[in-house]
Amino acid sequence: MITKEKLFEIKEKTKPSLVEKLLEGDRVEFRGDDLVLKGEYYKKQVRIALKNCDIIDPTDIDEYIAFDGYFALLKALTEQEPGDVVAEITESLLRGRGGAGFPTGRKWNEAYKFDADKKYIICNADEGDPGAFMDRSILEKDPHSVLEGMAIGGYAIGSDQGYIYVRAEYPMAVKRLEIAIKQAKEYGLLGNNIFGTGFNFDIELRLGSGAFVCGEGTALMESIEGRRGMPRPKLYRTAHKGLWGKPTIINNVETLANVPAIMNKGAKWFRSIGTEESPGTKVFALVGKVENAGLVEVPMGMTLREIVFDIGGGAQDGKEYKAVQTGGPSGGCIPADLIDTPVDFESLGKIWSIMGSGGMVVMDENTCMVDIAKFFLDFSVDESCGKCVPCREGTKRMHEILDRITKGEGVEGDIERLENLSKTVSSTSLCGLGQTAPNPVITTIKYYRHEYEAHIKDKSCPAKSCKALIKYEITDDCIGCTRCAKVCPVVAITGKVKEKHLIDQAICIKCGACYDVCPVDAISII
Amino acid sequence: MNTVKLTINGKQYEIEKGTFVLKACSDIGIDIPTMCHDERLVPSGSCRLCQVEVEGWGKLHTACTTQVKEGMVIHTHSEKVVKARQDLLDMLISNHPLDCLTCESAGACKLQDLCYEYGITEGTYRWEMSKPYYDDTNPFYTFDASKCILCGLCVRVCDELQGTNAIGFENRGFETLVATPFGEGLENSTCVSCGNCVSVCPVGALEPRSKMKFRQWEIETTRTTCSYCGVGCQMDLKTKNNRVVGVEPAFDAHNEGLLCVKGKFSYNFLSHPDRLTMPLVRKDGVLVETTWDEAYNVITSKMKQTKEDFGSDSFAGLTSARCTNEDNYMFQKMFRSTLGTNNVDHCARL
Ligand SMILES: Cc1cc2nc3c(=O)[nH]c(=O)nc-3n(C[C@H](O)[C@H](O)[C@H](O)COP(=O)(O)O)c2cc1C
Ligand code: SF4
Ligand code: SF4
Ligand code: SF4
Ligand code: SF4
Ligand code: SF4
Ligand code: SF4
Ligand code: FES
Repeated sequence: MITKEKLFEIKEKTKPSLVEKLLEGDRVEFRGDDLVLKGEYYKKQVRIALKNCDIIDPTDIDEYIAFDGYFALLKALTEQEPGDVVAEITESLLRGRGGAGFPTGRKWNEAYKFDADKKYIICNADEGDPGAFMDRSILEKDPHSVLEGMAIGGYAIGSDQGYIYVRAEYPMAVKRLEIAIKQAKEYGLLGNNIFGTGFNFDIELRLGSGAFVCGEGTALMESIEGRRGMPRPKLYRTAHKGLWGKPTIINNVETLANVPAIMNKGAKWFRSIGTEESPGTKVFALVGKVENAGLVEVPMGMTLREIVFDIGGGAQDGKEYKAVQTGGPSGGCIPADLIDTPVDFESLGKIWSIMGSGGMVVMDENTCMVDIAKFFLDFSVDESCGKCVPCREGTKRMHEILDRITKGEGVEGDIERLENLSKTVSSTSLCGLGQTAPNPVITTIKYYRHEYEAHIKDKSCPAKSCKALIKYEITDDCIGCTRCAKVCPVVAITGKVKEKHLIDQAICIKCGACYDVCPVDAISII
Repeated sequence: MNTVKLTINGKQYEIEKGTFVLKACSDIGIDIPTMCHDERLVPSGSCRLCQVEVEGWGKLHTACTTQVKEGMVIHTHSEKVVKARQDLLDMLISNHPLDCLTCESAGACKLQDLCYEYGITEGTYRWEMSKPYYDDTNPFYTFDASKCILCGLCVRVCDELQGTNAIGFENRGFETLVATPFGEGLENSTCVSCGNCVSVCPVGALEPRSKMKFRQWEIETTRTTCSYCGVGCQMDLKTKNNRVVGVEPAFDAHNEGLLCVKGKFSYNFLSHPDRLTMPLVRKDGVLVETTWDEAYNVITSKMKQTKEDFGSDSFAGLTSARCTNEDNYMFQKMFRSTLGTNNVDHCARL
C-alpha cells in the first residue's frame, strides 16, 4: 500500500528527468509553472481536463504522479471530510460536461445526504456523438485523471464501487483503462484502505454495446443491470435510486477529469477561469470544413470567432465560413452573423443551441442547410431507442419531409409541418434524445428559412449541394483538355481534343468528378 | 395524513403525498388518456398520451410518472395538452393499418376510441409504414406487429408479473418490434401461453384465437370462478348467444388481472356436444340422464351397501388438485369419519 511519503518520493524521483526529457523533445514549453504543448494551436487554449494529454505516458502511473497525480485524492482522504469535498466541488460551480451542464456539487450532495448501505459512482464514457472524441482522448491519454476523479467522488458521496461504462468501439481506451486500473490497484490507490485511511474504492469496466442512447444516464444503468438500454422515466432522482435501486452518481469523463485539478488548486482558482455561471474550461472537438481540426480546450465564454478562426483557422480551402453546429447532432446550427457569441451554457441556450458534449462542426458556403439538418436528424432517427411515440414516429416523419425537400419534392406547407412536428417531438419525448433531436431543424428553419423556401418553391439549392436540384454544365472556358471525359464514371461527357466538351444531362449522375478535375474551372454547377 | 394542496383544472384539492398525478386525477373523476399505463407495473412513460400541463414547469409532463407536489397548478385538457395528444395519436394512426372494419378488437381498442375522442382520422403522415411481421406460431393467440403501438405492456407484464420474459424489444427507432429472442417465433420461445400479454394489449396486435366470429359490442360478460384449480381466479366469460367466445381476467379480484393458459384459453369444451351437462345412471346396462337427487340417492345407497357387505377398507378415494383446499379437506373427512377408512389420497402426490 502506498503512503503519503511514498507518493512524494515517486514524484520527486520521476519529475525532473521527465521534464528534462519532454523539454528536449521540443513539443512542450513552460507556461508559468505548468508544462504545456507548444505551438500556435495551443496558445489560446487553457488545458485542465487535457492537461496531461500528449505529454505524459498514459501507461506509466509514475508519470501521472510526477505531475501531482493522486495528490488530490491524498488531500481529500487525509485532510478533508466527505462533506468538505462536496462543498469544495459545489463552491467551484463545476457543471457537468456530458451535455446538460448540471452542477456537479449539487448532484453529489444529493447522494452524500442520502443514507444507504451501498452507493455507486459511474463514469459515463459512452461518448456517442459522431465527431466527438474528447472523452476518448482523455481515456486514452490520461486515464488516471478519471480514476482519481472517481475515487474522490466515491469518497465524497460514500461509495466504494465505481463503474466506467465505456464504448466497446474504443478498444484503445479500454486497454489504457485496464492498465491504469491495474497499476492503481498495485499501488493501493484503488482497493481497500487507500492511504491507510480505511476508505475502500474499486472500479470496474463495463463495455457499452454501441447504442448512442446508452449514454443517457438511466439507459446506461439499465444496460449495466443487463437489460436493453432504454431510458427510464424520472420517477426518482438517480442520486437517490439509481443503479440497482441504490443512490448513484453518474458523471461524464471530462467532468471527472476536472475534479483532481479543482481539489488541488481550489474552487477559487477554478472560478477565476471561464464565466461566472460557467466556470472552467470546455473541450471541443472542432471538425467539419475547418482548417485546423482537432481538440481544443478553452475557457468558457470564449467567442465562437476565437475558436473557429483564431484557433481553427477558419473555413477550409479559403471557402466562405457559413455556420457552426454546436452540441452534436441534437445541437443547433449557429449562423455566421452570430459568430461573436460567447460559448457557455447560457449564451448557447439563448440562440437555440446547446453545449452538448462539445461537438463543433464547421460548415462552409457549400453546405446546404436543409441537407445538413437532414444529416443530423438521420442520426437521431437511427439512434432513437423506439420506446416513446414522438421520438420513434415523429423524427421519422420529419426526416421524410426533409428528404423530399432536398429531392426537390417538397410541397407547400412542409416548413410549417416541420415546425409543428419539431414542437411536439421536443416537448413530449421521454428523454434528451427526442427532446433535442429537432434542434437542427428548428435552428436551420429559424436562420435559413429562405433556403428551405428555395428548395420547395424554386426547386433550387442555394448552396448547390442537393444533387436532385443541380446540373453540371461546361462553359465556353473549356479548352478541350479531355480530363473531365476521362474521369466521368458514366461516360456522360463527349468532345474532341481542344474543342468544347458537352455533358449529356440524361446520363450524368452528378458525382462532381469532372468539376473537381477541370484545370480551368470551365464546369459550373447551376 | 401527509398531504399536498394543489389545483387541477381550476379546482383546489388536497391529495396524499407521493400520489401520481394520473391516480389523483382518476380519483376525482378526471379522465386522462393512457396507452402504456398499468397500475400493477412500474411506470414506463412510453406512450406520452397522459401528458398534462403544469404551470411554470416548462414542457409537458406525463401524469403517470409525475407525483403531486405542493402548489402545483395542473391542466389536464388545456389547448396545448389536447394538441399534443392529437399530434401523438396522429403519429400512431399514420403508421397503422386502418383495418377497424375487420379487426377483432374493434369496439375494445384504445387507439380507435382515442382517435374518435380526439378527432383523428386517417393520419397526416401515411408514408413509410413499419415492416409487416406476423407471428401465428402460438396455438392460442396471434401477434400482428403492424397493429402494435409499442406500448410495451405485453413485455412488461411478461417480465414483471408473469416472470417468464419470453418477449422483448428488437431493433431501434422506427424499426422497433416486439419479438422473441433471435426472432425464433413464439412457438420456439419460453412463452408458456398464459395470455397475460394478450389481456393487456390495448389494441388488436395480440389477439386470442377464437373459433367463433363476434363483435366486441355483441358480447355479454359473466363473472365466474375458474374451475381449473384451487386458486380460484376470477374471470369474466365473454359470451355471444350463450356460447363462450373469450375470457378476460378480473382485475378487482385476488388474481389481479392474471390467468394461466387454461383459464385464459381453454373454454372451447364448454359448448362441446360431448360434454356432460346432466348426471347419468346406468339402467339395464344403458346410461340414461337423470336428476341430481336421484344420482345422489344411487351413490349413497350403494356406498352404504358396500360398507355393510365388504367393510370400510373396501373404499379408496382420490381427489384432484383442481379442487380447493376446503373441498379436499371435506373429502378426506368424509372418507375417514363417514366411510371409516384412511384410503384417501390426492393426485398431486409425487
Ligand atoms: C441521448 C443521450 C446521450 C447521452 N450520451 C452521453 C454520453 O455519451 N456521455 C456523457 O457523458 N453523457 C451523455 N449524456 C448525458 C447523460 O445523460 C448525463 O447527463 C451525464 O452523463 C451526466 O454527467 P455530467 O453531469 O458529468 O455531465 C447523454 C444524454 C442523452 C439524452
Ligand atoms: S426520446 Fe427517443 S431515445 Fe429517448 S426514450 Fe423516447 S424513443 Fe427512446
Ligand atoms: S458530374 Fe460526374 S457523372 Fe456528371 S458529367 Fe461530371 S463526372 Fe460525369
Ligand atoms: S476538364 Fe474542363 S477544360 Fe478540360 S475538357 Fe473538361 S470542361 Fe473542358
Ligand atoms: S387495432 Fe384498433 S385501431 Fe387498429 S385496426 Fe384494430 S380496432 Fe382499428
Ligand atoms: S403468453 Fe404469457 S409467457 Fe407468453 S409472452 Fe405472453 S405473457 Fe409471456
Ligand atoms: S403487442 Fe400490444 S401490448 Fe404489446 S407492445 Fe404492442 S400494442 Fe402494446
Ligand atoms: S400512460 Fe403515461 S406515458 Fe403512457
